[in-house]
Amino acid sequence: MIVGQQKPLDEIWEMIKGHKKVLVFGCNTCVAVCQQGGNKEAEILASLLRMKATQEGCEIEIKNSGIERQCEHEFFEQALDDIKWAEAILSTACGIGVQFVAEKFEKTHVYPGLNTTFLGAVEKLGLYTERCQACGQCILGKTAGICPISRCAKRLLNGPCGGSTKGKCEISKDLDCAWQLIIDRLKALGKLDEYEKITPIKDWSSDRAGGPRTFIREDVQV
Amino acid sequence: MNLKTPSKLEKILASGEFAVTSECGPPRGSDPEAITKKAELIKNHVDAINITDNQTSVTRLCSLAACIHLKMMGVEPCLQMVTRDRNRIALQSDILGAASFDIFNMLCLSGDHQSFGDCASGQNVHDLDSMQLLQLVRMMRDEGKFIGGDEIKRPPKMFVGAAANPFADPFEIRVPRLAKKIAAGAEFIQTQCIYNLDKFEEWMKLVVDRGLHEKVYILAGLTPMKSAGMARYMKNRVPGMDVPEEVVKRLAGVPKEKQAEEGIKICIESILRLKEVKGVKGFHIMAIEWEQKVPEIVEEAGLYPRPKID
Repeated sequence: MIVGQQKPLDEIWEMIKGHKKVLVFGCNTCVAVCQQGGNKEAEILASLLRMKATQEGCEIEIKNSGIERQCEHEFFEQALDDIKWAEAILSTACGIGVQFVAEKFEKTHVYPGLNTTFLGAVEKLGLYTERCQACGQCILGKTAGICPISRCAKRLLNGPCGGSTKGKCEISKDLDCAWQLIIDRLKALGKLDEYEKITPIKDWSSDRAGGPRTFIREDVQV
Repeated sequence: MNLKTPSKLEKILASGEFAVTSECGPPRGSDPEAITKKAELIKNHVDAINITDNQTSVTRLCSLAACIHLKMMGVEPCLQMVTRDRNRIALQSDILGAASFDIFNMLCLSGDHQSFGDCASGQNVHDLDSMQLLQLVRMMRDEGKFIGGDEIKRPPKMFVGAAANPFADPFEIRVPRLAKKIAAGAEFIQTQCIYNLDKFEEWMKLVVDRGLHEKVYILAGLTPMKSAGMARYMKNRVPGMDVPEEVVKRLAGVPKEKQAEEGIKICIESILRLKEVKGVKGFHIMAIEWEQKVPEIVEEAGLYPRPKID
């Protein structure tokens, strides 16, 4: 899922303080799983901003609302009244939702309430960790199901580097060395000999490097 | 002798004599004397000098320019190149640039993470990794081709090296990893600084058992300790470094003003012991900002005079 982290209140305040009618707009699917940016969090953020406005002596009307997903047209219908009321929208979706709102409502100011942080897993409640960088050409079949592109700090395809120490990455003792994990798993699967196969130079054109990506399925379009 | 390049380092290694290399870190400024003065101190005692490439991710004068300064003073350079800062266009371009100055040695590395340096907020590139950089240089040299498949006019003639760290984890893949680097194209290896000689010998035995010592020239890496403090720092703070407690104790056991001398002594003793280890073909002495000590180490270790090669 997409993991996001709410921006500091002061940063949000700097963005919205010049407007008179602000809608804090939650997105209740991906980011909400890590209890950031969902409709409930939008409600809490709206009341914090109302308090801030009172403290600063600013006259701003702040409402909150939210939908299931800000990245799909069909969910917006139910919130159209609130959206039309607002002069500015503080979207607490990931960067995709923020942009979708901006594209849909060209006369409305739109600001991000979150920093979109990564594509990750819920290891446990309160611990979310990166697992994928959407490189567009999955190699997990060759790396024992562990991704060195998202989990090695140098995205080494033929790791580990010389900085791997006691299973941890050279940049942090709290971070697992992805290549240690790969080697452990290759061993558990009885195929450590595969370690010696050299992964060739990667075609990064399906990654960010190739420009913005599009996936078209004409068969399901209406 | 079946030589693949005009490299003096390759010639000496192929002759069966111990090779001696050293390294110089370029300055954090543009004064060429910062390199040439260091090189003057050691040039008669080593066969080639590595120039580090923005080591520990701290921005410095570029490795290629520093290598050219060495070349102009008649010293054989070894160009270190990391994959952290350059994509495949820049890597190939810099290899050609080096080849145009007849730089004949290259060490392929991935590089320390940028968070250790002065640009922690910068991007890292890693379009290729060190293994793939080895493949790239060998392809450019042996096939005369770019990655894209086009022909290179006057291909580079690099003697290609890689680093090996016998002390990093997990230990069980340290020899397979060396085999992988050889398969990727490494012709010589410069190892991480050796302080734990027992563990190094254990690694070398596994290397010899697999016959890898006949496929690659292994230069044992050494860095003399200046003090017990430095030993402690290397032991506790430098990733992938194995400094046994007895080395720290030995240095701490002599008065502060004698610790540097003791560090040199340890380094010389290590070389003398490693000369007897099967598969060790030379020494890479990294006297960090202490280049003036290299001649003494080389002489005392019985590695002087250096062989004359035309």
